[in-house]
Amino acid sequence: MPGFGLTMGVTLLYLAVIVVIPLAAMLLKTTSLGLEDFWRIISSGRAQAAYWLTFSSAAVAALFNSVFGLLLAWVLVRYEFPGKRLIDALVDLPFALPTAVAGLALVTLFAPEGWYGQYLEPLGIKVSYAQLGIIVAMIFTSIPFVVRTIQPVLEDVPEDVEEAARTLGATRWQIFSRVIFPLILPAFTAGSVLCFARAIGEYGAVVFIAGNLPGLTEIVSLLIVIRLEELNYPATAALATVLLAVAFSALLVTNLIQAWQLRYADKSR
Amino acid sequence: MQTNPADASRAGSPTRPGRAGWGLIALTYVSSALILAMPLVLIVTMAFRNGLDAYLANILAPDTLHAIFLTVLTAIVVVPINIVFGVCAAWLVTRYDFPGKRLLITIIEIPFSISPIVAGVIYLFLYGGQGLLGPVLADNGIKIMFTVWAIFLVSLFVTSPFVARELIPLMQQQGGEDEEAALSLGANGFQIFWNVTLPNIKWALLYGALLCNARVIGEFGAVSVVSGAIRGQTNTLPLQIELLFNDFNVSGAFAAASTLAALAVLTIVLKAALERVGATGRR
Repeated sequence: MPGFGLTMGVTLLYLAVIVVIPLAAMLLKTTSLGLEDFWRIISSGRAQAAYWLTFSSAAVAALFNSVFGLLLAWVLVRYEFPGKRLIDALVDLPFALPTAVAGLALVTLFAPEGWYGQYLEPLGIKVSYAQLGIIVAMIFTSIPFVVRTIQPVLEDVPEDVEEAARTLGATRWQIFSRVIFPLILPAFTAGSVLCFARAIGEYGAVVFIAGNLPGLTEIVSLLIVIRLEELNYPATAALATVLLAVAFSALLVTNLIQAWQLRYADKSR
Repeated sequence: MQTNPADASRAGSPTRPGRAGWGLIALTYVSSALILAMPLVLIVTMAFRNGLDAYLANILAPDTLHAIFLTVLTAIVVVPINIVFGVCAAWLVTRYDFPGKRLLITIIEIPFSISPIVAGVIYLFLYGGQGLLGPVLADNGIKIMFTVWAIFLVSLFVTSPFVARELIPLMQQQGGEDEEAALSLGANGFQIFWNVTLPNIKWALLYGALLCNARVIGEFGAVSVVSGAIRGQTNTLPLQIELLFNDFNVSGAFAAASTLAALAVLTIVLKAALERVGATGRR
C-alpha cells in the first residue's frame, strides 16, 4: 500500500511539534527543580487542601454520574417511549456545550435568587461559591461518559442468557444484578474512571460557579492558575506535573479495563 | 461498507415498558429536564430578557463581535489541519504494521486525557518568556505567547485526537481489501484515497470534524492560559463570556453564551443525524 512514508512523516512531525515537544518542555522545567523542591511544592498544605477538594469532589461527581448514567443508558436501551430520541441527543449536550457557557448557566441557576437557588437557599443549601457548586459543575460536564460507554455493551447483551435466567425462575432484579450487571461491569467501571478523570481536570465550569476563594473552592487547576499569575513558574510546573501524572494513571487504568472487557467479550461468545 | 452500530447484532431490542419501566422513564424525564434541558432554557430566557434589540446590541458590541471573529477564525485554522492529521494518522496505524505502533496510538490519544489548564501550561513552558524556545524566538523578533498563534497552537493540541479517534476503529474494521484491489488495478496512492477510502470513511470523518469543531470553539482553560485575554485582540468567545460576567454585564454574557449554545444544539442535532447514517466506527 502506498503512502507509508508520507503518512509516517506527517504524523511524526505533527505529534512532535504539537504534543511531544511541549510536553517535554514542561517536564524539563519540572526536573530542573530537583527532587527536594519538587516535593516541598507538591506536598505543601495549600496543595494538599486543593488535592483533597478536587479528588473528593470528582469522586462524588463520578459516583452520582455512574448511577445517573446507568439509569439513562438502561432506559434508552431497554424501553420505547415518547421523547426517547430527544433525551438521547440531550445526553451529548455537556460535551457540545462550551464549559464557560455551562458554568454561566449553572451559576445563574444556583444563585441565591436563581431558579434553583431560591428553593435551596432557604433550606440552608449553599451551592454557588461552595464545594457543592464544584460538584455540580463536575457532574454536568461529565454526564455523557458513563452513558456512552455502557450503551453499546448493554445493547449487545445476548437475549438467550436473560431468557435462560428467566426460565430458571430468576426475578427481574436477580436477572439484572446477577446476569446483566456483571456483563456491563467493565464498561461501567471504565465510564466511571473517565468521568472521574474529566472531573479532576474540569476548570471552566468550576471557576464560574465556585469562584476562586483560596482554601474554600481552590481546585488544583485553579491553584495552578494562581501560581502562574504570581509568576511562580516552579510551582506551576510541579503542580501541573502532578495533574499530568493523575491523567496518565487514569488513561492507563481505562486501557487495562478495556483489555479486561475484550477478554470478557471473548469468553461470553 | 458502513456498519450501523444501532442494528448490528442487537439482541435485547427495546420493549414496551412495564410498571417499573414507566417509573424509571419518569425519573429519566424529570432528571434530564432539571439537569440537561434547564440550562439551555435559562440561557435563551436570560439572553432575550431585555428584548431582541438589547440582544442584538449585546452581540454587536465591538469586543464581543471581535471575540466571535477570533473564535470562528480559530476553528477555520484548526479543524482542517486536524482533519489532515487525523486522516494521515488513521491511514498509518490501520494500513501498516511497524514497531512502536501501540506507543504511537497512545501518544495520539494523550491530549484527550490532559486537563485544559495543563495543556495551556505546557505551551507556556515552550513558548513563554521562561520557556524552552521562548527566549530564542524573542531574540529573533518572534512572539507566540499571548498572541493568536498561541491560541491556534493550543487548540490544535487539545483537539488533535478527535478525527483520528473516529477513523481508526472504522478503518480497522473495514480492512484494506478495497484499497488492495484498487492498487492491483493500477491506481496511485491519491486515487486510492480519494476514490476508495474517502467514500468509505466520509461520515466518520465529518463526525470527527464536528466534535473537533465543537471543542475548538468552546475551549476555555487552555486558551485562557496562553491568550493573555487581551480585550478586542486575543479574547475568544468563551473568554469574553467570563470577562462580561466578571464585569457584571449579565445580559452581555448570556447574549454571547447564546451563540455558543446555539452552535452546541446544532452540533448535537448533526451528531445524531450522522450516527443514524452509521458514522461511528466505535461500538
